[in-house]
This record gives sequence, C-alpha cells and structure tokens, in this order.
Amino acid sequence: MRFILDKNTWQEIYGSISKNKTRTIITVIGVLWGIFIYIALSGSAKGLDNGFEKAFESVAVNSMFAWAQNTSMPYKGYKTGRQIQLKLGNATVLQNRIPEIQYIAPRNVRGVFGDAPGAIVRGQKSGSYNVYGDFPVLTKIAAKKIFDGGRFINDEDIEKSRKVCVIGERTQKELFDKGENPIGKFVRIDNVYFQVVGVLKFTQGGGFDKDSDVFIPFSTFKKLYNTADNVGWFAIAAHDDVDVIKVEEDVKMVLKSIHNVHPDDERAIGSFNLGEIFNKIRGFAKGMTFLSLVVGIATILAGVIGIGNILLISVKERTKELGIRRALGATPREVRGQIILESVFLTIVAGILGIILGAATLAIIGSLTKDVEMPYTNPTVPIPYVIGALLIMVILGTLIGLIPAQRAVSIKPIDALREE
Amino acid sequence: MIEIKNLHKSYKMGSNSLHVLKGINFSVAEGELVAIMGSSGSGKSTLLNILGMLDVLDEGSYNLDGVPIVDLNETKAAQYRNKFLGFIFQSFNLINYKSAMENVALPLYYQKVARKEREEKSIKYLEQVGLKEWAGHLPSELSGGQKQRVAIARAMAAEPKVLLADEPTGALDSKTSYEVMDLIQKINDAGNTILIVTHEPDIADMCKRIVHLKDGVIVEDKKVDQVRASQYV
Ligand SMILES: Nc1ncnc2c1ncn2[C@@H]1O[C@H](COP(=O)(O)OP(=O)(O)OP(=O)(O)O)[C@@H](O)[C@H]1O
Ligand SMILES: [Mg+2]
Repeated sequence: MRFILDKNTWQEIYGSISKNKTRTIITVIGVLWGIFIYIALSGSAKGLDNGFEKAFESVAVNSMFAWAQNTSMPYKGYKTGRQIQLKLGNATVLQNRIPEIQYIAPRNVRGVFGDAPGAIVRGQKSGSYNVYGDFPVLTKIAAKKIFDGGRFINDEDIEKSRKVCVIGERTQKELFDKGENPIGKFVRIDNVYFQVVGVLKFTQGGGFDKDSDVFIPFSTFKKLYNTADNVGWFAIAAHDDVDVIKVEEDVKMVLKSIHNVHPDDERAIGSFNLGEIFNKIRGFAKGMTFLSLVVGIATILAGVIGIGNILLISVKERTKELGIRRALGATPREVRGQIILESVFLTIVAGILGIILGAATLAIIGSLTKDVEMPYTNPTVPIPYVIGALLIMVILGTLIGLIPAQRAVSIKPIDALREE
Repeated sequence: MIEIKNLHKSYKMGSNSLHVLKGINFSVAEGELVAIMGSSGSGKSTLLNILGMLDVLDEGSYNLDGVPIVDLNETKAAQYRNKFLGFIFQSFNLINYKSAMENVALPLYYQKVARKEREEKSIKYLEQVGLKEWAGHLPSELSGGQKQRVAIARAMAAEPKVLLADEPTGALDSKTSYEVMDLIQKINDAGNTILIVTHEPDIADMCKRIVHLKDGVIVEDKKVDQVRASQYV
C-alpha cells in the first residue's frame, strides 16, 4: 500500500507512460472505446426505457378492456353464434363481484367499429369524427389532459344528460378559426347542438385515441343514438398491487355468467390488457439495457485485454530496461508493481475519458431527440453503473497487468541485460 | 571486501554443460583497483556477474564486505545490488527515455530517496564526471564517452562499496577510454573498490592489480605500478 501512495512510484509511472506516448495512446484508445460504447449503449437503452415509460404515463398500466362478440358454443339452450350485448348494469355487478377492480368505465363510440362516425358541423365547417359516450371516471383509467379553461365531462353532465362535449385538438383546428376560443361555443353533432366545454390535449398513449376524438356524456350519447343501456366496452383499472391478468380472467368469467355464456367460450367475451403489452415493451427496453450491458462489458473487456497485450509487448521491448532497473536494485515486487500500476492507471485514465465522451454523446443525443416524436427520453447511465464499470476496469486492469508483470520478473536479470 | 573461495560455474545447454569457472579463489581488499583479463570466453564476464549477484554460483563461497552471499532470493539480491554494488557496462545500459539526470537518479529511487534529494545528488555526481550541463539531455544526444560517464555517475550515485565494470572502455576510442579511466582512477583515489574486466593491456596497466583468467582458473595475479591516465588526456 505504501508503494501505491508513494509519490516516487507515480513519478516513475508517469515517466514511463509519458515517454512511451504511442504505446500509451493506443492502449488508452482501446479501453476508451470500450467504455464509450458501454456508456453510449446503456444510456441509449435507458433513454428508450424512459421513453416508453413516458409514452405510457397517461395510461393506467394495470388497465384492461372487455367487450362482447358472438358466442362460439351452445349453452343453456342458447345456440352458437348469439350476439352478446353488454349492459350498463354489468358494471355494478363486476365492481361488486371483483374487489380488485378500482375503476370501471362503461364506454360507447360511434365511428370506430364499422359504424358511421358523428357528423359534426360548425357554421360553414364540418367533419366526421369519432364520438365517444363516456363517464367522468374514464380519466382515472386513461388520463385526459384538458387545455386551460376547459374541463372533461362531469357527474352533473351525466345526471342531466347535458348536451356538452369535449373536442380534440385537431377537431378544434378544423372547426374553429385560429385564435378562437371554442369553450362555450356550440357545434352540431348529428344535428343536435352541443356546447363545447373542453379541448383535449392529445398525448400519445396506449389505446386507439386520436387527436380528433369527441367526447360526450354517456347518458347524452344514449339518447342521441338510442343505445338504451347498451355498452360498447368496459375500460377497467385494477388496484395498483393486483395482477391485471387475473382481473381480466375474472371479468370475463363474470360477464360470461351474466350473459349465459359457456364458461369455456373463448370468443363471446373479448378482452385486452395493457399491463401485458406494457410489460412486453418494458421487457424489450430492459432487454436492450441488458444487451448493451453485455456488449459494453465485452467491449471493455476487449479493451483491457488490449492493454494487457500491449503491456506484454512493451514488457518484451523493455526487457533490457527492466534488466537495468533490476541491476540497479529494483526488487521483483517493485518491477511487478510498476507494471500493474501502469496498467491500472492507463485503464482508469482511458475509462474516465471514455465516460466523459460517452456522457457528452448522450447529452447531445438527448438534446437532439428532445422534441422528436420517438420513445426516447433523458438518456442517462445510473451513477452506480458508471462506478461499477470503473471498478470492473480497475480489477481487470490489475488482473491483466499481472501477466506482463509476472513475465517481466520471470526472466533473470542477467538474461534481461543480455537482451538486445 | 570481496572474498571468493573455490568458485565453480557451469552453463547448461541442453544435455551438455559448459564448465566456465573451475575453482576460483580470489579476494579484493577495500580501495583496490583490479583489472580482470583473459581471452574471450575465459569467463571474465561470468565472474563479474556472479560478483554482481546478477548470476548465481554453482559451488564455492562468496563474501561481500563480511556478508555471505548465499541462497539469495531475487528480492534480497536486488537489495544487495542496490546497497553494495555499482555497475558499469560496455554498452552503457542507460535508459533511453530518461535524461542523464534521471538515469543517474534511478538507483536512488530504488533506495527510496526523496525526489528532491535524488535530483541534488544526481547533479552532484554528474558534476563529478563533468557533465552537469548535460543533465537534461537524453542518452541519444550524448557521445559514447559521455554516455559512459553518465553510467559511471549512476554507478557512483548509490555510493556502493564496490564498482563492477565490464569492459567499460570496450566501445570507446582510446582517447575517450583514457578519459574514462582517468575518472575511474580518481574515484579509486577517493577510496572506492573497483573491478574492471578488460582485454586491453593499456587499460589493465592503469589498474593497481591484474588478475589473469584462463580456462576458468586464475593463472596470474599480480600487483602493478599504476599508469596514470591523466597524462594521456
Ligand atoms: N548464459 C549463458 N549460457 C550459456 N553459455 C554462456 C552464457 N554466458 C556465457 N556463456 C559461455 O560461457 C563462456 C564464458 O563467457 P563469458 O561471457 O564469461 O566470457 P568473457 O570472458 O566475458 O568473454 P568476452 O571477452 O568475449 O566477453 C563462453 O564460452 C560463453 O559462451
Ligand atoms: Mg565478457
């Protein structure tokens, strides 16, 4: 230890490193490249991961959807192929029977599943847009950002079946003049006047949302389109700590029993959960992180082995010098120590340079992709990873340095001196 | 200072071995200046290397300043070399990327002398060999004679008990050789014990004693009247 802390030791190492510039530079580049790749790759993977996370932040990750189709099995006297229709009352039953459900939002829509979208007219301007009938609780399942001054559908709207609507960003652009405040203005949806109460800020998320979607109260939708108590599908969010896949199963079983569907009928009730998809995508990002870790470490390893190789060559080249040093009184320990320290020192310097370069590259990538529509956010490498990488390099540098160090002292000083 | 008894050394090469030193008995007192002569291959360098603990003897005993040199591991040998011995080689053996001063300072580094003191001392010894102005120069910028003088300064820097020189003038012309010998004589005048391997009779005559090796044994060992090198310089 005294040897490492001794100023003289470092002066010797500095001397030998700075006087063998080409060797030093080549060695440093090897490891620098390795750590650079490691930092850049794992940082990018992290950016991807962050990006996906951001893309999903508006959606409850443990949410799911359930809808009805026609049966594929006869049951209780009913024939195969019967169309099942979900009803508003199903929501209460589901909520009561499955305590894992946190929120349940019955939804209806015009324009998504083959039927005609709503024709919306405002003065001279008009267009066709998907019209959703929704409850306020939807915002708990899929966050809806409303522009300042507006609001989403509330409970009173539902109770009084108010003719109010929330329009999308694009709908606003297409139906209103630039700079015109749409709040409080009226639009005609399929020939009925609705007052605009909010404009939805579009966020890329899961689901099928578009920036032109129009939302009206569920109860108003029912009257407008005569849908009675029919429900298109349920959007359901489970409590945070429960397995949404299990909830999905339960929801399907309950719906099957309500609607007299054979328990094994796979077709009658359709469902889809975001948790699984989300996990898959996150898994992909995690996989990328892991991959970059492996690739990065392999590159670092290659770099360090390169250092070892060059040191080995340099030890051979320096056989005579080391022989002279030993004639002048260098003990094997000192010779070995010097070579190992050279190795470690080069590794660390190269490592730090690589980290700086990698971090700079990530910063540049980060600022370039800031405003790009791409799941890539804030690419960084966690500090423990960086420290871990440095530590690995020190250890590898030492281990790899051992080989040339041992070689340097294995030869007798007299033979070393005789070397030309 | 040096005492060797019945020293044997052979080199093994494959299946046969070459018996180089065949029972050398030899002692050197403090302050002597000894020339070791002999034809090529007679074992001069081998003897000097054993005295220098760069090589080990097969048989016999070796005492240096009363310390028996026996069964040394490489660490101990390095420490003894550092403390007791100074080397001067035919090919100078300077480290090419170190300046003259750094070369001279190197044995002091292995003596754990602090940097500042190392520098002062090496300047002092460079001054003694007349190369103070060349302290910052690399060996490649020095002439052969200057290189050998740096090497002598380096050998002196550690203040060893014995200086061992293997053909120190072997790579030099006669004028430069005499300059180097002049320096060696002066160092000897100051009381240092010096052994020089040479096959040049004029160099040997500048010593105080000549030992002749032939076929691995000492065939002649005589005191001589020293010829001063200064008269040729
Ligand atoms: N490492 C070695 N391995 C094998 N043989 C060796 C070795 N070193 C020296 N020899 C042999 O030992 C003998 C003596 O060698 P040494 O170098 O001592 O001779 P020398 O007297 O110094 O000769 P020169 O005047 O040419 O330098 C020579 O025959 C040489 O070939
Ligand atoms: Mg020789």
